[in-house]
Amino acid sequence: MKILVCISNVPDTTTKIKFAGGNSSIDTTGVQWVINPWDELSLTRALELKDDAATGIKSVTVIHVGNAASEPTIRKALAIGADDGIRVNAESPDAWYVASQIAEVVKNDQFDIILCGIESSDYNGSVVGGMVAEFLGIPSVSAVSGINIENGQPVLTREIDGGKEIIALSAPFVAIVQKGIAKEPRIAAMRGIMMARSKPVKLIDPVAVEPLTLISVFEKPAPRTACKYIDADNAEQLIDLLQNEAKVI
Amino acid sequence: MSVLVYTENWDGKFKKLSFELVSYAAGVAKLLNTTVAAVSIGRVEENELKKLGNYGAVKIISVNNDQLVSLDSQAYASVISEISVKEGASVIVFANNNTGKAVAPRVSVRLKAGVGSGVSRLPLNVDPFTVYKRTYSGNAFAHVIIKSAVKIITLAQNSFDLIETANNATIEILNISVDPSLLKTSVKDVQKQSGKIVLTDADIVVSGGRGMKSADNWSPLIELATLLGAATACSRPVSDEGWRPHDEHTGQTGKIIAPNLYIAVGISGATQHLAGISSSKYIVAINSDKDAPVFEAAQYGIVGDAMKVLPKLVAAVKEIKK
Ligand SMILES: Cc1cc2nc3c(=O)[nH]c(=O)nc-3n(C[C@H](O)[C@H](O)[C@H](O)COP(=O)(O)OP(=O)(O)OC[C@H]3O[C@@H](n4cnc5c(N)ncnc54)[C@H](O)[C@@H]3O)c2cc1C
Ligand SMILES: Nc1ncnc2c1ncn2[C@@H]1O[C@H](COP(=O)(O)O)[C@@H](O)[C@H]1O
Repeated sequence: MKILVCISNVPDTTTKIKFAGGNSSIDTTGVQWVINPWDELSLTRALELKDDAATGIKSVTVIHVGNAASEPTIRKALAIGADDGIRVNAESPDAWYVASQIAEVVKNDQFDIILCGIESSDYNGSVVGGMVAEFLGIPSVSAVSGINIENGQPVLTREIDGGKEIIALSAPFVAIVQKGIAKEPRIAAMRGIMMARSKPVKLIDPVAVEPLTLISVFEKPAPRTACKYIDADNAEQLIDLLQNEAKVI
Repeated sequence: MSVLVYTENWDGKFKKLSFELVSYAAGVAKLLNTTVAAVSIGRVEENELKKLGNYGAVKIISVNNDQLVSLDSQAYASVISEISVKEGASVIVFANNNTGKAVAPRVSVRLKAGVGSGVSRLPLNVDPFTVYKRTYSGNAFAHVIIKSAVKIITLAQNSFDLIETANNATIEILNISVDPSLLKTSVKDVQKQSGKIVLTDADIVVSGGRGMKSADNWSPLIELATLLGAATACSRPVSDEGWRPHDEHTGQTGKIIAPNLYIAVGISGATQHLAGISSSKYIVAINSDKDAPVFEAAQYGIVGDAMKVLPKLVAAVKEIKK
């Protein structure tokens, strides 16, 4: 079985977000780009599954839809341990466009398990994984916090309100992963970084697709009102304020 | 033309979230001079279905089918898409929760409908159709133009107030069967904790960070939460340490919540933590360091030792409960 891990390239989560071009895009000066945190975890889990011979996972490929500027992110995924990479050479104008490209790649090169993150930390879309699955007409399970292969059969854990469900299904499928899928992201070791240089990254031209959405402008959240301090010795006053001023208890 | 809203139920009952969605859909329908049809999947009694009418649904379509007992996103998407086409829906509204995230993107592909997800306001404009969505984990908001004929919106939880209207809804029981080839997942087991308030539903959340010092110190925090009818939460290091269960971890890589009140105790306020809670209506910070960044996000703050402050709060809440 082959795993495809979809990775998006996002500003490091501590980046102070600023905008450019009349607030129509993010100002990329000084931004550190990283693998989307969820995708780093799903890559880690994919590699753990491959490390276990009993799962029958033979390879882990990463795919990214983006221009040459995101090449280092793909190399990082290879350094962490992915066998090879695919880059669809295009800007990623919206989720519809990205999902169309990924689905097209999978149509031409069969993968058994496709992993997507629950959201990109930049656009917070939470849609690419489900779209890929529907384009391919294969099942998808969202909010996945565990993946195992038991006697050749994929078994997923799905988070539900106040609990979990254990779900069985057959490949091919898309798993949309969240917290729990792996404990800690795997970190690239020196040897991995050396090896990554010689691992193949296939460059694919995009298929023509019209995006369905467009960001016209960004804005910063309204500043919060200044904090009102209550003296620790009179902490009980807080309860009075919450009850009579904020009216939330 | 109409606005279609998917209203999820939990063991046959709707929640506040369901009514928020219908209120929101009614707001969108008003902008478009049309009406709201609500879709319910699963076994829900008629008097419960009727409640959706109180928030502006004119038509309530109930699908109850053994094939749809558990959430299979492929099957749900096929049913909701079929109803959308039949109703001539131009906008479809989902919650931006696990179910909405599972189903909305699949409906998007079926209907070639662009998605605006995590939307927290009524559309800013109907032509071009422009929605207001959360991006960069709450550090920015975007105006997103949806260009397709059919539009999908997933609504951020607790971002839209309930609006009650007179009820004159009709209920339609619809028999739809799902092509068995679309039912490819099977639920083998369900593990549920009973009695615990679901974090994403809670109006009030009391949350502890590393400043709580050890797992043994949680009892005053839990007591405060219990008295307030609140859910408990924590920062990531706390769940990593095993002081609290993993499902309580809030933040960018944990749960994203928007309660009316979030009380952060011994939490420094790292951007990744705030990413999960910044949509809360009120944030209270209790921290011994007056320079902790959490105070910048808070409306009320107490600089002090959690172990001294919490008992005072517990006593004060007991006092008002008398
Ligand atoms: C990719 C990535 C994703 C992440 N995702 C998340 C996430 O989803 N959620 C999350 O929470 N974190 C996340 N983090 C971690 C985050 O950066 C912070 O490290 C974490 O939020 C800090 O947790 P804390 O506030 O509990 O601990 P600390 O930062 O250690 O803060 C403890 C606070 O307690 C105060 N304190 C100490 N003693 C007392 C006392 N007696 N009484 C009162 N206050 C006291 C201190 O002044 C301090 O402000 C992520 C990090 C990365 C890199
Ligand atoms: N440009 C991209 N290239 C490859 N995968 C992506 C891209 N954008 C998003 N994804 C995948 O889709 C997931 C959800 O992204 P989104 O729907 O944008 O929130 C991410 O965690 C990735 O797995």
